Amino acid sequence: MDTSEDILKQASPDLVRGPDTIRAAKAARLSPSFISWLQAGPMMLVFLAFFLIPLVFVVIVSFWDYNEYQLLPAFSGRGYTDTFEGCIAQLPDLCTIGRTYVKTLKLCVMVWAITLFIGFWVAYFLAFHVKSKTWQMGLSLLCTIPFWTSNVIRMIAWIPLLGRNGLVNSGLVKSGLINQPLEWLLFSEFSVVLALVHLFTFFMVVPIFNSMVRIDKSLIEAAYDAGATGFQTLVNVIIPLAKPGIVIGSIFVITIVMGDFITIGVMGGQQIASAGKIIETRVNALQFPAAAANAVILLVITFLIITMMSRIVDIKKEL
Amino acid sequence: MTETTRKTGVSRRTLLKSTAGLAGLAAGSGAITGFPYVMSAEPKVLRYLGTAVNEGDDISKQCLKDTGIKIEYITATTDDVTKRVMTQPNSFDVLDTEYFSLKKLVPSGNILALDSKKIKEFDNITPVFTKGETPGGKKIGNQGTAPWKVLYLEGKDSKTFSKTATEFVTLIPTVYNADTLGIRPDIIKRPISSWAELLNPEFKGKASILNIPSIGIMDAAMVVEATGKYKYADKGNMTKEEIDLTMKVMIEAKKAGQFRAFWKDFNESVNLMASGETVIQSMWSPAVTKVRSMGIACTFQPLKEGYRSWASGFCVSKGVSGQKLEWAYEFVNWFLSGYAGAYLNRQGYYSAVLSTAKAHMEPYEWAYWMEGKAAEKDIKAPDGSVLEKAGAVRDGGSYEDRMGGVACWNAVMDENDYMVRKWNEFIAA
Repeated sequence: MDTSEDILKQASPDLVRGPDTIRAAKAARLSPSFISWLQAGPMMLVFLAFFLIPLVFVVIVSFWDYNEYQLLPAFSGRGYTDTFEGCIAQLPDLCTIGRTYVKTLKLCVMVWAITLFIGFWVAYFLAFHVKSKTWQMGLSLLCTIPFWTSNVIRMIAWIPLLGRNGLVNSGLVKSGLINQPLEWLLFSEFSVVLALVHLFTFFMVVPIFNSMVRIDKSLIEAAYDAGATGFQTLVNVIIPLAKPGIVIGSIFVITIVMGDFITIGVMGGQQIASAGKIIETRVNALQFPAAAANAVILLVITFLIITMMSRIVDIKKEL
Repeated sequence: MTETTRKTGVSRRTLLKSTAGLAGLAAGSGAITGFPYVMSAEPKVLRYLGTAVNEGDDISKQCLKDTGIKIEYITATTDDVTKRVMTQPNSFDVLDTEYFSLKKLVPSGNILALDSKKIKEFDNITPVFTKGETPGGKKIGNQGTAPWKVLYLEGKDSKTFSKTATEFVTLIPTVYNADTLGIRPDIIKRPISSWAELLNPEFKGKASILNIPSIGIMDAAMVVEATGKYKYADKGNMTKEEIDLTMKVMIEAKKAGQFRAFWKDFNESVNLMASGETVIQSMWSPAVTKVRSMGIACTFQPLKEGYRSWASGFCVSKGVSGQKLEWAYEFVNWFLSGYAGAYLNRQGYYSAVLSTAKAHMEPYEWAYWMEGKAAEKDIKAPDGSVLEKAGAVRDGGSYEDRMGGVACWNAVMDENDYMVRKWNEFIAA
């Protein structure tokens, strides 16, 4: 553990003595743990100031009471009890919060599965079929195009495409495939999933691509030499080695979709419940403690999902 | 080395504690109060917080020209305006907000009532605000947060609304309108005369309402009454049972696929209607005008059950005093002096002081917008674009007919908290 001291001792005879070098030597004598704290410090402070402290406030406020126009800093579980209102009385039917989370999780699983499938193959293509680094970079950048537009523009842009009188519907009607325009193309679960996949596949592509380019090509050659088929190589070599990327990408996608309310709102015609939407409605009604309580619930559930995923793959070990 | 690690571990924890403690202390002592109030001698600047309704560039330019007061707009949605008043009362000087939010704003103590004696045109303000009747004497519906219920305070710093006129005015009236359903007559092809049509299965998947719970539920209540299912004592202040009943009707409609989408933003409502995604929906007057100016037929349909109305006005932040307060009075007086009123009238809203607005409008404009007469010439928007061809008549007719037909006002209910929870249930259904 005292390696740096040793290194310094070994190094010091070689140092030419002068004011600068003495200072340098002093600086270098700082304990390595201090240096690592120094390195991690800025990030830690940012994390502390802009994440941990606000989070603590959210948890505290979630246990406050409130009225129409102010927070009442007295302990109250109202934010939580109101949220789970009717959950036992309405059994076997689901209560509002139950239905909301079932819907949110359903969207989440669909988006996750589709982005994983598409993201994996895009990354595979970029990592193994595109040989030039420049092309790999260029093509990855193409994946960011969905981020160039704002949500409002996106909503307005989807109507002419998927709407009742949109391009897709009029195309299908004119070609005689359908008689009536398809209503479920827009303001439906379909359009929500479509928009989320369109946006977030990028978050799958990047980490999986990153894992794949680091796979030693000789491993694949070895598999080939040992007589493995393409499929066997994929399942036994590439997927296990790309696992960290898959898990990181999955964490990105799941956390974003769990908390999303703008895309779900805009593409779902504000008619699809989501965990984020409940928080938004509460905040807009100035019911901050209730909103905070819902935020804590969302955080706990998302955290549980992530914990389960990191049980499957130990990211720290794999990196 | 293990020792060092432990030491740093301790110091890190102490750091965390002391930082949290400091932040708590600062928050507790009121040291964090948003923007500091800076007193400047010149130029005259007022920070104006409000929704986009009144915030025209032309208005601020004309104001600067006439009074030397520079208006800095802070634009937010209705909900965000209220949120900002609650959480950052020092971040604005003049507040432009709706009467229904007063039930939240006044008890917070973050806004200051204005003195009616310092408002030159106060006595000329339309009786819609002061008496609850039109200039022609028609009684206006008083369900919901009607402006005359919350117009006066009992004293300067009072938090109680006065039933009689006092000199302490919560909001100096500026603009208001009567809202109803917008329809696409070219697609519906038959007369529409009742709010009940919003939930008519004929328009399954082609209807929409406003996604602001407190306003959306009022529209829903209009529908429930129109279908004869229930008669409310006060649509703007429902009991829990009434909220349950109203939401039940809405949930059934939603499950049956009645609604295409809910809208929250002006442009969303225009797009839904213009694209034909919806053919009947609650709407705002300028949005209907916008759809029409795109060459698409759209009617702001008067309905037999009446209109749902809203109104807004000016007050100032509690942080405003001295010179700045004088500028605020100067600005409010200017706003009521005609230019701004005419500007708002030309957009399809109504100005609080009719006489001064009339003086700033052409007679043919006044006849079209206010008297419900056929347009003698093309009707133009404030920006000069043609809104209506000569010969057109305003939907719903004259000021008397439209404001006289108001049934209820936008409101915040006593059971607002319960209503919001029910609204979430509605969305999740």
